[in-house]
Amino acid sequence: MLDIDPSVLLPDLGKALWETGLMSGISLVTALLLGLPLGFLLHLTRRGQLLQNRPLNLLVGALINFVRSLPYVILLILVLPLAGILTGTTTGPISASVSLSVACIVFYARLVEVSLSEVDRGVVEAAISTGASHWLVVREVLLPEAFPGLVRGFTVTAISLIGYSAMAGVVGGGGVGFLAINYGYYRYETGVMLVTVAVLVLIVQAIQGIGDRAAARIERFR
Amino acid sequence: MLRLKDIRVEFPGKSGSVQAVRGASLEVGDGEVYGIVGTSGAGKSTLLRTANLLTRPTAGEVWLDGTELTALPERELRAQRRRIGMVFQHFNLASSRTVHDNVALPLRAAGVPEATIRQRVPELLSLVGLSDKEFAKPGKLSGGQKQRVGIARALSTEPSVLLCDEPTSALDLESTEAILDLLTEVNRRLGVTILAISHELSVIKRLCHRVAVMTEGEIVEENAVYDLFSRPQHQFTKELVERSLDLELPERVRANSPGTLLRLVYLGENAETPILSQAVRELGVHINILHGHIEYIDDRPLGVLVVALEGTDAALTRTIIFLKGRVARLEVLRHA
Repeated sequence: MLDIDPSVLLPDLGKALWETGLMSGISLVTALLLGLPLGFLLHLTRRGQLLQNRPLNLLVGALINFVRSLPYVILLILVLPLAGILTGTTTGPISASVSLSVACIVFYARLVEVSLSEVDRGVVEAAISTGASHWLVVREVLLPEAFPGLVRGFTVTAISLIGYSAMAGVVGGGGVGFLAINYGYYRYETGVMLVTVAVLVLIVQAIQGIGDRAAARIERFR
Repeated sequence: MLRLKDIRVEFPGKSGSVQAVRGASLEVGDGEVYGIVGTSGAGKSTLLRTANLLTRPTAGEVWLDGTELTALPERELRAQRRRIGMVFQHFNLASSRTVHDNVALPLRAAGVPEATIRQRVPELLSLVGLSDKEFAKPGKLSGGQKQRVGIARALSTEPSVLLCDEPTSALDLESTEAILDLLTEVNRRLGVTILAISHELSVIKRLCHRVAVMTEGEIVEENAVYDLFSRPQHQFTKELVERSLDLELPERVRANSPGTLLRLVYLGENAETPILSQAVRELGVHINILHGHIEYIDDRPLGVLVVALEGTDAALTRTIIFLKGRVARLEVLRHA
């Protein structure tokens, strides 16, 4: 039962790894490009912050909460039409990246907001008192001060993403999670499942390890 | 000149709004060092923060020279803020940036070219005595050194006014002295006007020319520092001064000293004339000095003595009348 045929497994695993990498890469880049600014917007529009704007803050917050309260599988299906428009297809890793990106953007935005709110308010005030523009306060104070937290949040996002991407596999996204479910679970090839799970464990460990090191390194230079 | 006019600050609280400042006004002349003293929660920090509009007053006006800051749009306010430096109790340095970057921040905000900044930052650091720490991170500095960085940052745009929010309250005694000396030097050498707040009268005494006493959101008394110490008017000020001069007589000494107990306050020249020995010689009383303290504020002496008088009733009365005419204030603590 635990027979593993490497000549069958290896090409499939290679393809699955590539697909997982592709989905994760696209989603993480969009999380960074859109989730980071969204997190800043959430933080800066809060009461007492630079761009204090309660209606906007409530609106963005509610929107993020709405997306985050959907189980990922449901989000995946809801976003399928959008994925079709954006990528021209509703199957494959590129298409799956759309829903993964949406999930990552809102997830990371909240983590960014938390990191920013932990920045010492006094330091921001000191910058404001020098007559710095909002942009300069963000660039010279908020961003560098929150940087280790932003890196840690990004690590957490990447790891959750690996979990989500397995679900994306169910609807034809492919990837390592898909391999584990289809070969290991549906076809009762426990060996394949164990190998893929082991690969997933290694990926998660590696991401956490790299993220922790990066954050620790940044903090050490203070 | 910095002028705060009828400043009111209200904060929304759980049960209605909290009035942190209830109509305070003050004027700080060019080159002056002005202090605000009060207990924590008196609203002095809030009042100070209205001077550069870190806190916007609910009502009232802030004027810097001929400009009303409270009437300016955000963009012009930023330009005016470059003329007002601020030093904080907890330094508020960006821990992720070097000393250089922290000091450079106001210059970058003012759009000064990087080449000029590279030249200006070392000058500022040498002014505050931290030349060797330019590329250190604040985490590696002591509290006193951090405050020096804070002062260098506040001075980098050559402001005409420096706001100091409890500048020494997070420092040990030695650093406190050094920072107060530095601020005094900044005022004398650069002519920077200083508005400082502190809960410690000793800090105000060392640093300031004029002082306002604040309690419960209001300025209850304002005077030159020497006059505030020598002639406190408001009850709250009297208690502050008393505590600062530390003239509590130990109970044992009080009980064991016979005679009439007097507290004498001397000012100016008569602190230097031998009034007591004259009384002993000419009026036939014995005088025992139980407690004494002379300090020099602005180079003017302020002396406080607690003495016990012994003698006949007539001699005691004569002595008290004699002393009353020669000291600034006489209080009978206990009759014989």
